Amino acid sequence: MATRHDTAAPPAKEGGAAPGRPPAAGLPEKEQRRRARLSRRWQRDVRWSPYAFVSPFFLLFLAFGLFPLIYTGWASLHQVELTAPTDMDWVGLRNYTRIFDDDFFWNAAKNTLTIGIISTVPQLLMAMGIAHILNYKLRASTFYRVAMLAPYATSIAAASLVFVLLFGRDYGMINWALDFIGIDPVDWQGDKWPSQIAVSSIIIWRWTGYNALIYLAAMQAIPQDLYESAALDGANRWQQFFHVTLPSLRPTILFTVVVSTIGASQVFGEPLLFDANKGASGGAEHQFQTLGLYLYEQGWVNQHLGRASAIAWTMFLILIVIGIVNFVISRRLRASSEEFRP
Amino acid sequence: MRARIRTARKAMVVAAVASLGAGLLAGCADDGGSDGSGSSGDGKGKTTITLGLFGTMGFKEAGLYAEYEKLNPKIKIAENVVERNENYYPALLNHLTTNSGLQDVQAVEVGNIAEIVNTQAAKLEDLSKISGVSKSNWLEWKWQQATTKDGQTIGLGTDVGPMAICYRTDMFKQAGLPTDPAEVAKLWAGDWSKLVATGERYQKKAPQGTTFMDSPGGLLNAILSSEEEKFYDSSGKVIYKSNPAVKNAFDLTAEAAEKKLLGAQTQFQPAWDQTIANNKFAAMACPPWMLGYIKGKSQPDAKGKWNVAVAPKSGNWGGSFLSVPKSGKNVEEAKKLVAWLTAPEQQAKLFKVQGSFPSAQAAYDSPEVTGAKNDMTADAPIGKIFSEAAKQIPVQVIGPKDQIIQQGLTDNGVILVTKGKSAEEAWKTATKTIDNNLDQ
Repeated sequence: MATRHDTAAPPAKEGGAAPGRPPAAGLPEKEQRRRARLSRRWQRDVRWSPYAFVSPFFLLFLAFGLFPLIYTGWASLHQVELTAPTDMDWVGLRNYTRIFDDDFFWNAAKNTLTIGIISTVPQLLMAMGIAHILNYKLRASTFYRVAMLAPYATSIAAASLVFVLLFGRDYGMINWALDFIGIDPVDWQGDKWPSQIAVSSIIIWRWTGYNALIYLAAMQAIPQDLYESAALDGANRWQQFFHVTLPSLRPTILFTVVVSTIGASQVFGEPLLFDANKGASGGAEHQFQTLGLYLYEQGWVNQHLGRASAIAWTMFLILIVIGIVNFVISRRLRASSEEFRP
Repeated sequence: MRARIRTARKAMVVAAVASLGAGLLAGCADDGGSDGSGSSGDGKGKTTITLGLFGTMGFKEAGLYAEYEKLNPKIKIAENVVERNENYYPALLNHLTTNSGLQDVQAVEVGNIAEIVNTQAAKLEDLSKISGVSKSNWLEWKWQQATTKDGQTIGLGTDVGPMAICYRTDMFKQAGLPTDPAEVAKLWAGDWSKLVATGERYQKKAPQGTTFMDSPGGLLNAILSSEEEKFYDSSGKVIYKSNPAVKNAFDLTAEAAEKKLLGAQTQFQPAWDQTIANNKFAAMACPPWMLGYIKGKSQPDAKGKWNVAVAPKSGNWGGSFLSVPKSGKNVEEAKKLVAWLTAPEQQAKLFKVQGSFPSAQAAYDSPEVTGAKNDMTADAPIGKIFSEAAKQIPVQVIGPKDQIIQQGLTDNGVILVTKGKSAEEAWKTATKTIDNNLDQ
């Protein structure tokens, strides 16, 4: 919102927030000088204090945000190993150009995309359904809401270790259950799609409740009279959901889609811990190696700091592209939803 | 009534928030504890020497710290242990490259020693010059591993892992194979392919649902460990792809996997542990420390059913070194401590309590080693078998990226054969992965 200048306070001038003072004339010269000094101090205070107040963020950002970003960019133009980080050989854009024919990078990018889709889509659909159910009047609703958030509060490590056991090929509970109903055991770690589904299930388990609570909060902000009038018009629960709830949730849905997309493109902990070999190669044939995992493998396992930096920057650029696409789509959607507003 | 409902609800919310908070805190609290810098002096005029270790190295458990503190009343010893070497080593490397956050003594695993020797020697003390340290105490190859080209020895060996073959006497018997260690060893003496042939014999009459050996990774590792040259030649060049010894080891392991003589597990994973507990395989390559591992994972009724036979060729699996960073606070005291901890007498004590096999050959005649027995192996003279194996281990050329190459051959290679890939396809996947990982 633009500032309304007729009602807003005028910008601070001389003396700032200090109470106005009568003109200093008539006072002894010493007192006048003292007042002038005080006034200057006030001016400096008013002028610079706000910067001091916001500086902690910027100092931290400089140290832990901007510097690493620039350093990574610098390192990505060199051949440099983690064993001797000061020993840099300039190679120009070679680390970037070789990404183009790096099969492992594109394999990881493809995996990130597929894992992203098979984890995000069911996750958001389920979250919506759960939120809708929780939105009814229920006994012990607080308990259910807290229970929804419990997986989110569990550490990824603990969750993944349990899932590794569940998805075990030879002694896992899921294969045991499948065997019970007459289905052959699935190699949840060795085969491409099963392993990606298994990794996605960890992500879904962890984040569904979180998204459900966001949807629930948005649903509770929908005015009750909309439902009442819909009910008067003879709309049943499903029709109410599709014609009242969903349209009202549009901004919230967009928000969760954006956040989940960013999360999905950075998936790392789940596939790392799901790997039976405790390596970062994402399975014997790299079948569930994500970009985050590949970056980690190059940097921290193989210790190629330069290559890892180039991958990091490439991922950063990809994320920016995804961000722009999201922005464009959301603007289109917003425009179209405004068109239909009564 | 109303008030009670409200307080109950409030209590529930408080409890929920508290548990969430605790979960978040627990998630954040991954303080590895490896950053504590060496502090010297605790106010009473004592010097505290700090050790950075990984896993269970057993010095404390064997009472060696207490003994040293008694001998040197001015010294206090504090250790700082990281559970897994995968977490310990990158931190150590970071601390060495930045020369900060180092303990007075730092342990190095044998898989990492070549990289440390090649890239970090300038930051570590030469330990061969400490009075009382004599090269001849150690197995020659062990001493060589921690020595740079210009003769600086930056680590003193603690334990080694001379490899033998552990086997289940009951399962061998059922399959119609001999069970006496000397006869068993004769089945495959001198040639790894004879071990695979024995496996075929076993598999013909094997107890239902069992395989001859535990895993492709275990067999490949055993064969490779007995070669003098595997991934690097003596000039430091990577030769793993052209070295026939590596390809032969790979093909032999793949052949054994194709013939279903090997379990389809990865070692040290929960599923592999379960194959030990459920008696799913009859033999495995094992250094002395593996007996402790087997004991930990076995059911009580497996006690005494194992035995140990000499491997086709001797190799080494595991073992560590202690090194002293130059930037430590108590360098001189730390050197004395390292020399004492790795002396033959202390290594023998460590073997008795912890099962870590001495790297000091001077310890091999001590009663702790010659009289050693193990719960799992009944009366087998394991001390004798393992010391014989230790003396025959070749001086192996180890390179800085051995671990990455071997992991590629195992996790991206032979394991694929158990999933139905051909040996040729598996080799292709493995070499492609390794080349990408080595490429700077």
